[in-house]
Amino acid sequence: MSLALNLPEALTDKAFHYCPGCTHGIVHRLVAEVIDELGIRENTVGIASVGCSVLAYNYFNLDVVQAAHGRAPAVATGVKRVLPEQVVFTYQGDGDLASIGTAEIVHAAARGEKITVIFVNNSCYGMTGGQLAPTTLLGQKTTTSPLGRRENIDGYPLNIIEMLATLRAPAFLARTSVHKPSMVVRAKKVIRKAFETQINNEGFAMVEILSTCPVNWGLTPIQALKWLEEKMIPIYPLGEFKLPGRS
Amino acid sequence: MSKVLMKGNEALAEAAIRAGCRYFFGYPITPQNEIPEYLARRLPEHGGVFLQAESEVAAINMVYGAAAAGARVLTSSSGPGISLKQEGISFLAATELPCVIVNMMRGGPGLGGIQAAQGDYFQATKGGGHGDYRLIVLAPNSVQELVNLTLLAFDLADHYRNPAMILGDGILGQMMEPVILPPPVNIQVDKPWAATGCKGRNRNIVNSLYLDPQELAELNDRLQEKYNRIKANEQRYDNYLTTDAELVVVAFGTAARIARQVVDDCRLRGMKVGLFRPVTLWPYPEKGLIEATGQAKRVLTLELNTGQMVEDVRLSLRDRIPVDFLGCTGGILPKAKDVYNKIESLIAQKTLFACG
Ligand SMILES: Cc1ncc(C[n+]2csc(CCOP(=O)(O)OP(=O)(O)O)c2C)c(N)n1
Repeated sequence: MSLALNLPEALTDKAFHYCPGCTHGIVHRLVAEVIDELGIRENTVGIASVGCSVLAYNYFNLDVVQAAHGRAPAVATGVKRVLPEQVVFTYQGDGDLASIGTAEIVHAAARGEKITVIFVNNSCYGMTGGQLAPTTLLGQKTTTSPLGRRENIDGYPLNIIEMLATLRAPAFLARTSVHKPSMVVRAKKVIRKAFETQINNEGFAMVEILSTCPVNWGLTPIQALKWLEEKMIPIYPLGEFKLPGRS
Repeated sequence: MSKVLMKGNEALAEAAIRAGCRYFFGYPITPQNEIPEYLARRLPEHGGVFLQAESEVAAINMVYGAAAAGARVLTSSSGPGISLKQEGISFLAATELPCVIVNMMRGGPGLGGIQAAQGDYFQATKGGGHGDYRLIVLAPNSVQELVNLTLLAFDLADHYRNPAMILGDGILGQMMEPVILPPPVNIQVDKPWAATGCKGRNRNIVNSLYLDPQELAELNDRLQEKYNRIKANEQRYDNYLTTDAELVVVAFGTAARIARQVVDDCRLRGMKVGLFRPVTLWPYPEKGLIEATGQAKRVLTLELNTGQMVEDVRLSLRDRIPVDFLGCTGGILPKAKDVYNKIESLIAQKTLFACG
């Protein structure tokens, strides 16, 4: 038997703990491949956050600092200010980044902190059992919005990328998805741009990646990919919202 | 070395630079603002970074990142801000990252007031954040000690890989005194555990998640073993006229300055009174206290709170000597006269007791 694809050097050989059909694993692999291709593995510090991806330090084969829930952009700021020549990236879920850590992400972006943020949006709190997130869609049922998210009770979903795009400092802001192979290929290119923005010293870069949570959505993996495409993308449109050199 | 007249907060900030600290992350709060203001001017001149964070929560997490990357790093705040920093402090203690945290205490609880108080003693010495951890807590009582203990705090933090706290108060931060500034130290501390990019070595991970109960218990055992070493080696204190003292006043920081004046008054009147001043509040200098109270029949604890350190004094003395407490809150300082009267009445009680 021959191997179709080798494991990226930036990943350890530990098996992912993610649920079947969850796309965190795909995003991990894309980030690792980009790090390999840019040749930066030994000059990179990753910031792991809290959520399903809390164990990212077990998977990324590089120096990692695990941060408190929501605080990864502040931790990344501390690391980057001490090591301005190194590449620093955070890997955060939507509960982490868009709820408890809203202040940290907004201000890291507003400062133009030269870090790369990988923001995985699965429209719920995966790790703690599928509760409402700021990114939960209107009408979406979660364990803490059992009748579906209602705007008069829970407010509206938060479009973080569009919000950050109103700031002057961020250099690169994009939203992408991994719900089908062609999109996975595109997502990798976008992640690469987000790292290149930092390497070229152009400023704050962030990619939001729409992701699935079949277990908490109560869907099969295939249904979940379809749900992402049909329900999430209209609310969270894909594209590049800010590019280096264009403010 | 010549003496210069400096404000406590600024002297502390200058001492941090001389200790080799090049990174400061903080958020303004009275009465410690001269620390960030001074460092905003001076750190860039030394090739360092001053950054005003968006909150104390962010500030302490920037400290966490900088410490994880191997830097000597400082943050400072007061009461309400330190409360917000507790989440990060717990993470720093868990991951054994060295850093120095300053709390120039003001009155509480809540927003409280901006005058000096010592109401954060429990918070500083008993944990404050979640989990089983300790900070090394140093309590200066002069501008000179703010300088000396700041240098010591960085050394202890690096040596034990533990956050260290300078527990000052609004008066110490704001007052001006002559001070001798030490020459800058040039210490390169080896930090092979730091997350700096894994070139030429195995990868480093700074993490405090232990899902396996056995592993978490091992971390806690290891931390306790370290805390026991700190307890054995780092108890610091200062004695004033305690050798023959029948009554020993115990006080730290600004309260100890008042206590010392009262001790002098008592001595002038022939009363055998002395002062024991803890310099480390954690570890509590119990060995020194037991020694200093060898001749004492009574102990009086004087604090700018409703009675917090008095618990550690009682624990250290294990009920062998009656321990009384006198305190003021709200930023009001105890009057020397009131302290004197209290001591006089305690000594009288003792005589009565002896006669009866
Ligand atoms: C201060 C704090 N509050 C709450 C939690 C509990 N918690 C752990 S993960 C999580 C939600 C994470 O959700 P998200 O960021 O969307 O990531 P996902 O699990 O969906 O990948 C929460 C609330 C915590 N660990 N720390």
